[in-house]
Amino acid sequence: MDTFAALAQGLMIALQPMNLVFAFVGVMLGTAVGVLPGIGPALTVALLLPVTFKLDPAGSLIMFAGIYYGGMYGGSTASILLNTPGESSSIVTALEGNKMARAGRGGPALATAAIGSFVAGTIATIGLALVAPTVVDIAISFGPEDYFALMVLAFTTVSAAFGSSVTRGLTSLFIGLALGLIGIDLQSGQARLSFSVPDLLDGVEVTTLAVALFAIGETLSVVAAGNRAEETIEPVKGSVFMNKEDWRRSWKPWLRGTGLGFPIGAMPAGGAEIPTFLSYALEKRLCKKPDEFGNGAIEGVAGPEAANNAAAAGVLVPLLTLGLPTSATAAIMLAGFQQYGLNPGPLLFTTNPELVWGLIASLFIANAMLLILNLPLVGMWVKLLAIPRPWLYGGILVFATLGTLGANPSLVELGMLLVFGLLGYVLRRYDYPIAPVVVGLILGPLAEQQLRRALAISVGDPVVLFQSPIALTLYALSALALFGPLIYFLLTGRRAPVGGDED
Amino acid sequence: MSDPRITTTKRPDKAGFVIAFGLAALALVVGWDAWRLASINAHSAVGPAAFPTIIAAGLALLSIATAVEAIRQGAVERPRDEIGPMAWVLAGLIGQIVLLPFLGFSIATGWLFAATAKGFGKGPVWAHLLAGTVLCFVIYVIFAKGLQLSLPQGPLERLI
Repeated sequence: MDTFAALAQGLMIALQPMNLVFAFVGVMLGTAVGVLPGIGPALTVALLLPVTFKLDPAGSLIMFAGIYYGGMYGGSTASILLNTPGESSSIVTALEGNKMARAGRGGPALATAAIGSFVAGTIATIGLALVAPTVVDIAISFGPEDYFALMVLAFTTVSAAFGSSVTRGLTSLFIGLALGLIGIDLQSGQARLSFSVPDLLDGVEVTTLAVALFAIGETLSVVAAGNRAEETIEPVKGSVFMNKEDWRRSWKPWLRGTGLGFPIGAMPAGGAEIPTFLSYALEKRLCKKPDEFGNGAIEGVAGPEAANNAAAAGVLVPLLTLGLPTSATAAIMLAGFQQYGLNPGPLLFTTNPELVWGLIASLFIANAMLLILNLPLVGMWVKLLAIPRPWLYGGILVFATLGTLGANPSLVELGMLLVFGLLGYVLRRYDYPIAPVVVGLILGPLAEQQLRRALAISVGDPVVLFQSPIALTLYALSALALFGPLIYFLLTGRRAPVGGDED
Repeated sequence: MSDPRITTTKRPDKAGFVIAFGLAALALVVGWDAWRLASINAHSAVGPAAFPTIIAAGLALLSIATAVEAIRQGAVERPRDEIGPMAWVLAGLIGQIVLLPFLGFSIATGWLFAATAKGFGKGPVWAHLLAGTVLCFVIYVIFAKGLQLSLPQGPLERLI
């Protein structure tokens, strides 16, 4: 019952008029930016982070919740109408959704995505509220060596699940880890890898890196592709409302998608793309008209889109309770928390309960707002899709540099934006995933802290790392994530199916 | 390289080698920094050099793995990238950094907008520079006055 009392308290906070305004602004901004082609929720959150700088923590986190869900919604709209998934978890939505749009059924595709997102988001947020306190109870007993093992697990799953090969994923991760070393080491006061540049002493900002890799890297690779990347927007023809048949075919996939998405997202290994692929495969098998798959089957939009949103809420479980980001978006949200001196983890639930529960409650509100606002406004979002590309990318770069300058008005910071932008271009060009770099940057210093804490307690004896049963289990899971594809190959003689590329 | 068949049918991927080289260089930089830190006396059981050492070792291993993959997979066909448009976008970003201290946020970022638009094939540059500067001035007013973000000032910004 404690959970419900806390949640009710959170709802009271989220329903304050000013916070409703923050949620509304967040939802609108998130959708508007998320709908722009090629911009996924991670970049949406990174670009809009500076807007929330001067707000109080509660207000800005509530706005954040709106931006997060709004960005997801906008992203699926772009995938359906433009076939440009802004991130890997909307690839599957684009698969069937764009086919539906081409067949003149864009309206129902958007509707089933929106309502499915609402259903999944609501159920998964309830799940988050129910599961989080339990995880917090367990996490309190974790020692530093367990946390370190947990982070190793997150590292391996993030790099093994994203991208085309484990080597590439690990390479991206280690680039992120190396960047995370830059700056003053907090325990010894020594400057690391800063080459006597004062701006580097504070380390690399997560938002600078994310904006550079996602926005500038993306812009460079699109401009370099020239006319290769021509795209057509499918107009939304006919009604945006679903008919009886659509409803009948949608509601089960919504629930099944939620059932797949939330538990997988909530695991510390996480990620939102695996459940979308699983949901697509499941719906294809269960569908009574399997030949419709590939030509615009509504189940193929309803299921994966629900799975995507449920996983997005699930990802907040490890983020809020353990301080463990398992996606690029979560990594940037963690940076947002840190900006206010808040460290997500079990302690946050006891030190700032009104903040955590206010955030969870505002997820419900953001979800409801999206459903009410977005179906009627879909015409407006479609117009955003039609912005000519020169202006669109010009505007993206203006806002990318604005955000960086707003956070830290220094030329060195802009220079880093340029260098990391080029890095993002190279990573994209040669098929390296982006998300592990961001996760490595933010999680690397945290992992080091836990490692040194554990070794300080044992006076330098590394055996302590492998003594706790929790840690050993987590290492076993990490090994499975790393070598799973290899074992699969040895057992069946076939290559394991690997997730799509992360952008 | 003793087997001539491999060299004729499967040429190694050049880009893979370049990336492997880059990773090796990064491993050296991180490793050198760790070596420098290790010589400083630390008062805890694990000093600031331990973690960088692990990362340097990891990067070195990945560099080798990347080189091996480049040899085993062979040359990969990649679509050619257009240098001209990219140069415009980069000129926009570098130009912004150069112009910012003298001309302030609006003009420098206006140039970024114009150069990016030019890179995507939309000119003329001067018209976009003008439009971009006006747009950025409006943004400056909103962010500097409304949200109190301190953005670099120039002749235009000092007018208000």
